[in-house]
Amino acid sequence: MRRIVTGTEATAIAAKLCKPKVISAYPITPQTYIIEKLAEYVSNGELNARYISTDSELSSIGIVAGAVAEGVRAFTATASHGLVFMHEALHWIAGGRLPVVMAVATRGLGAPWILMCDMQDALSQRDTGWMMLFASNAQEAHDFIPIAYKVAEEVHIPCMVCMDGFLISHTAEPVDLISQEAVDSFLPEFSPKLSLSDEPSTLWPIPEPDTYYLIKKDLFEDHKNALYIWKKAFREWQSVTKRKYDVCCGHMLEDAKTAFVSLGATVETALEAARRLRKKGEKVGVIGIKLFRPFPESDLKELSKGIEELLVIDKAVSMGKSGILFQEVKSTVDIPVRGFIGSMGGKDLTVERIERFFYEGKMWI
Amino acid sequence: MDLRTRLEPGHPACAGCGAAIAMKIASAVVPSNTRVVIPASCWSIILGKYPFSSLKLPVIHTPFALASAFATGMRAAKSVPVMVWAGDGATYDIGFGLLSAAAERNEDIVYVCYDNEAYMNTGGQKSSATPKAAKTPTTPQGKETEKKDIIAIMKAHKIPYIATASIAFPEDLQRKIKKAFSIKGFSFILIHSPCPTGWKMEPSLTVKASRMAVESGIFKLVEIKHGQERETYKPTCYVNPREYYKLQGRMPRDE
Repeated sequence: MRRIVTGTEATAIAAKLCKPKVISAYPITPQTYIIEKLAEYVSNGELNARYISTDSELSSIGIVAGAVAEGVRAFTATASHGLVFMHEALHWIAGGRLPVVMAVATRGLGAPWILMCDMQDALSQRDTGWMMLFASNAQEAHDFIPIAYKVAEEVHIPCMVCMDGFLISHTAEPVDLISQEAVDSFLPEFSPKLSLSDEPSTLWPIPEPDTYYLIKKDLFEDHKNALYIWKKAFREWQSVTKRKYDVCCGHMLEDAKTAFVSLGATVETALEAARRLRKKGEKVGVIGIKLFRPFPESDLKELSKGIEELLVIDKAVSMGKSGILFQEVKSTVDIPVRGFIGSMGGKDLTVERIERFFYEGKMWI
Repeated sequence: MDLRTRLEPGHPACAGCGAAIAMKIASAVVPSNTRVVIPASCWSIILGKYPFSSLKLPVIHTPFALASAFATGMRAAKSVPVMVWAGDGATYDIGFGLLSAAAERNEDIVYVCYDNEAYMNTGGQKSSATPKAAKTPTTPQGKETEKKDIIAIMKAHKIPYIATASIAFPEDLQRKIKKAFSIKGFSFILIHSPCPTGWKMEPSLTVKASRMAVESGIFKLVEIKHGQERETYKPTCYVNPREYYKLQGRMPRDE
């Protein structure tokens, strides 16, 4: 069924179809509509879950962690200051191998106060051990939730599904909504390899340093190998919905000498910029990265074959160094890479500014 | 008194640890499938290193502030008994907001705070449960402010069950633990648990100190059921609070 919905509603509908048993919710712009919709579904009986309205994002993330530790599927959503407030728990959940799935509507961070979109919140969680998926539109925000559950629960690694705040979260667009039957056939019941039981046992006691080292090595390797599980899940999703995704996608690359590389909604703006530049005779393509963690290194290398230069458009910056996505791309490929801080705090990332970046190559425009 | 114990010998608590005694008494009467939720605290250590465990119950370790939230999620996921077992640092200080929130939501969990009156696991630094005048590594001149009245605060949450208990009164403690598990909704139990290491006291004096705290009236044994408060033990012999403080090297000496 096709309906015109915002990214937040598309996310809430998808979350409902995955039948989480526990939902924790704390309001923060621009994700709030997700948890409001879920409250509605629970209160009108469309979804049978315990809905817990919390005092803070700390409680929200702790509650979903506790529920998943008991072997039950759970859901929460957050953004911006809420996400960074959760930071300690994000590390704990990944270390504890709890397959929590959380939606993030990305937004800038203060000071000064800012409500609008960038990706400083999400990308500064890069090293927590979570898998990170970035939707480029409301359709992807919708589709990525069941796919995230499928992969997270198979590899026992948590996953955040990110969408650009406002640009996707608050923009209504046509979305092909999945049916309950489709989700049920795609997503099996959650049967964790590890959870609490009635028998004496301890989750996460202090190990010897050598054991701790091995635990981290395991997570590192499982994280990297999860890339293949993502590819498999995307293929299965295609067989159910006919919609095709990959860990990263190339556009107009056949004859391209240059390609923009980006995440999320920026990919669609970069596509428009590439089309315009092509009209001016420039051979430009676009690489959209869907999966940021685990990072699709070999796919990115493969897509950049024959390309002379990559132009990375970032919405997050590591002060004193460069854009965050820029670092990832730079450390993956052997060709020249230039970086552009396309937006911070919702500064309009126009096609014109991307064209200027193409010609001028400056980091701040 | 129920003498079955779920606390195994060989755990790494300090000699005379009040927190270990508290667990020994309490764990004997909890349901056998009780999930014990332990935030950062002495008990993160007392439980033992992987792959050993000193406690014969299902246990989950959590970050410092998050025990109430984990417990909430666990109880929401399954109909199983859940007990938070937290120190005063996690309860009075860093996890206070989340504790208050879980109490306000009246989650069906038992929250036990074993109060040793400072951050004993990190070397005895002041918490807001530390009594006035106590010298700690972060209050070398003695603490200037009063101990926070956590019971009054929990009472203000209008939760169904609140109690204080002492390791020197094990029958009373066990009765209150059992009561907490029998009541639907949020229960809060504060167990006075002296720490000889942090209090600069002989390890053999733990139970004596706990008893003197009660007998002197400094630590009252009470129970508050649906707002109705009663003393569960009336001190029978008068102990001067000075005698109680005199046991503790952390407290100032009388001139």
